[in-house]
Amino acid sequence: MSTGRNFREMSLKELLAKATPRRSGDELAGVAAKSEEERVRAQMALAEVPLRRFLSEAVIPYEKDEVTRLIIDSHDSEAFAPISGFTVGEFRDWLLGDEADIESLAELAPGITPEMAAAVSKLMRMQDLVLVAAKCRVVTSFRNTIGKAGTFSVRLQPNHPTDDLQGIAASTLDGLCYGCGDAVIGINPATDNVENIVRLMQMLDSLIDTYSIPTQSCVLTHVTTTMEAIKAGAPVDLCFQSIAGTEQANRSFGVNLAMLQEANEATLALGRGTVGNNVMYFETGQGSALSANAHHGVDQQTLEARAYAVARVYNPLLVNSVVGFIGPEYLYNGKQIQRAGLEDHFCGKLLGVPMGVDICYTNHAEADQDDMDVLLTLLGNAGCNFIMGVPGADDIMLNYQSTSFHDAAYIRKLLGLKPAPEFQAWLESMEIHNSAGVLQPVDVSNRLLAMSREEGK
Amino acid sequence: MNNDSTGKPIITSDPWSKLRTFTDARIALGRCGTSLPVKESLEFKLAHARARDAVLVPADMVSLANQLELQGYSTIQLESSVVDRMEYLVRPDKGRLLSETSSIALQHHGQRNFDIGITVCDGLSGPAIHENAYEGVSGFLECVAKTELRVAPVCLVTNGRVAIGDEIGHLLGCKMMILLVGERPGLSSSNSLGAYITYEPKPGITDEARNCISNIRTGGMSIAEGVRKITYLVESGLALGKTGVELKDKMSSSYLPLQGLIPSL
Repeated sequence: MSTGRNFREMSLKELLAKATPRRSGDELAGVAAKSEEERVRAQMALAEVPLRRFLSEAVIPYEKDEVTRLIIDSHDSEAFAPISGFTVGEFRDWLLGDEADIESLAELAPGITPEMAAAVSKLMRMQDLVLVAAKCRVVTSFRNTIGKAGTFSVRLQPNHPTDDLQGIAASTLDGLCYGCGDAVIGINPATDNVENIVRLMQMLDSLIDTYSIPTQSCVLTHVTTTMEAIKAGAPVDLCFQSIAGTEQANRSFGVNLAMLQEANEATLALGRGTVGNNVMYFETGQGSALSANAHHGVDQQTLEARAYAVARVYNPLLVNSVVGFIGPEYLYNGKQIQRAGLEDHFCGKLLGVPMGVDICYTNHAEADQDDMDVLLTLLGNAGCNFIMGVPGADDIMLNYQSTSFHDAAYIRKLLGLKPAPEFQAWLESMEIHNSAGVLQPVDVSNRLLAMSREEGK
Repeated sequence: MNNDSTGKPIITSDPWSKLRTFTDARIALGRCGTSLPVKESLEFKLAHARARDAVLVPADMVSLANQLELQGYSTIQLESSVVDRMEYLVRPDKGRLLSETSSIALQHHGQRNFDIGITVCDGLSGPAIHENAYEGVSGFLECVAKTELRVAPVCLVTNGRVAIGDEIGHLLGCKMMILLVGERPGLSSSNSLGAYITYEPKPGITDEARNCISNIRTGGMSIAEGVRKITYLVESGLALGKTGVELKDKMSSSYLPLQGLIPSL
């Protein structure tokens, strides 16, 4: 070894960072392995670490960080018992075995800490991440049921650079006619003032009501703005917030755990769900803690897994890793984005979180649609709960590329997956899907197209 | 040939194409099976290729300097501590710092203590600079010429990020820094210019201390309107003695640029 450091003397934090697959963000933070050999040797050392050690050695001190306190205080030692004697390496092997099935993994979830999930993912190849995640099912519901075996859902994302209602409605209609929108119809608003937010919420609510669509809406604004909208009597289905894996990074988003709790309670109190009551929608993404200079020397993937530990406390309907959004200083190219997307989905699912992935990239990253196709195909096989549906994969408000309505139709067709059952029934009633879940040509006389005539006035 | 051997159209078209008038979003694209028709697939690739080129092609700062000097404005060419475009993308910290040579050049610059500093920074889009920077800078300077504000030479920075304006403003002793930067290009707009306005710039300042105007381009916020908004924020920032979250944009439609700073005759 050229580094001269003994891995046995390293803190868990250092070992996790050195064992992580190569990533531009960890190099930027100065925590990555200095050579390929050091990286693999760190992985070998990590494989020998007993899982119990994660319960006594925090990567960010308990006293300094409320996310650490949450992780430690909410750990379920009974659920942990079956794996309490394992090393990280043994845990990896066990997860791939047949004893780890849907039931045992669901029972295990509260006993796994995010650091354990991150650690074991670092010892896995892509096929391992796919195979194990495919065995983890996390089902949630509001006006429909998301995450069941054989289903694959889509967030319809009809953004517009000036929040023009007709423009948003046009993109929404396009998505619905392609069978998308069962995860949520969710708008990223261009301007954040409350009046504008309420206007968007009312528009989506009226649309869902008029066409009796079994889905939920969300305007992705700051949690405090959503709270104001609730107070103003706005029709809020889901409460959105971006979250991260450290207290300090969450503070840079203007949130803390108490605020999330309050928002969760306020949204639950509206009682707008019909088949379930999962009311939170969280977004995350590797690199956010480093970007806010709030990473404490922890690698970005471990921090990302800690964000899922935050999310799971509030029983969210949807958690979405916006994997390639921030830029190449965190995930440099298609390979890094693909690996990160699969790790995020795997860690979230292992922790019992309803994971979706915004499969995406910016124009300054070394990536293109081919890379997105690879990740989409992998995530479809890994049992991902949902992806984004953006018209033509091009978000004209956020200036990045994601997955399209066509992409969603592709993965459903390839793998024989259907939308959420309630939404599928609605699509059939609207003659958009047939009973086999196949897209039908939309006839000019289709009832849903009346919407376009309304908008065209 | 638009039909298959049975006479059916190969492409399933979407009968809501008239909705395209309401949005630039890629809607009503039609499909072959469930997939994207080749025409639309290639249109997307072309847009992506253009955006990629916009990121990788460096801005021509020499031409911009020549244009500005022809109009009688002095300029200084600077560079960040990044060595090339690839490093620029992965080292935001280096993009925020001047190179040693540039830093020394500014330290030895003869004049100090200006009211206004202007920095043009390539950022992530050369075309944003080529298409909008000259008009933006000269438009602003024409407004300022009517006032008694002292303006520093226009600094043109290669491979810079927004915060590099703080170091420049600090070294030149500027009360207010206006930084124009090429924004991250989207597929439908690869030429957007952003403007950041910072009072008493110095290294270590964070984003909540700045005001930002984005999407300045033809088809977005017009350059003339961008200049008007910049002058509004500069004027009210100087009056307030700060910029950032406490300086709200309340520009009225009748606002005349820097009117309050023009000496009465």
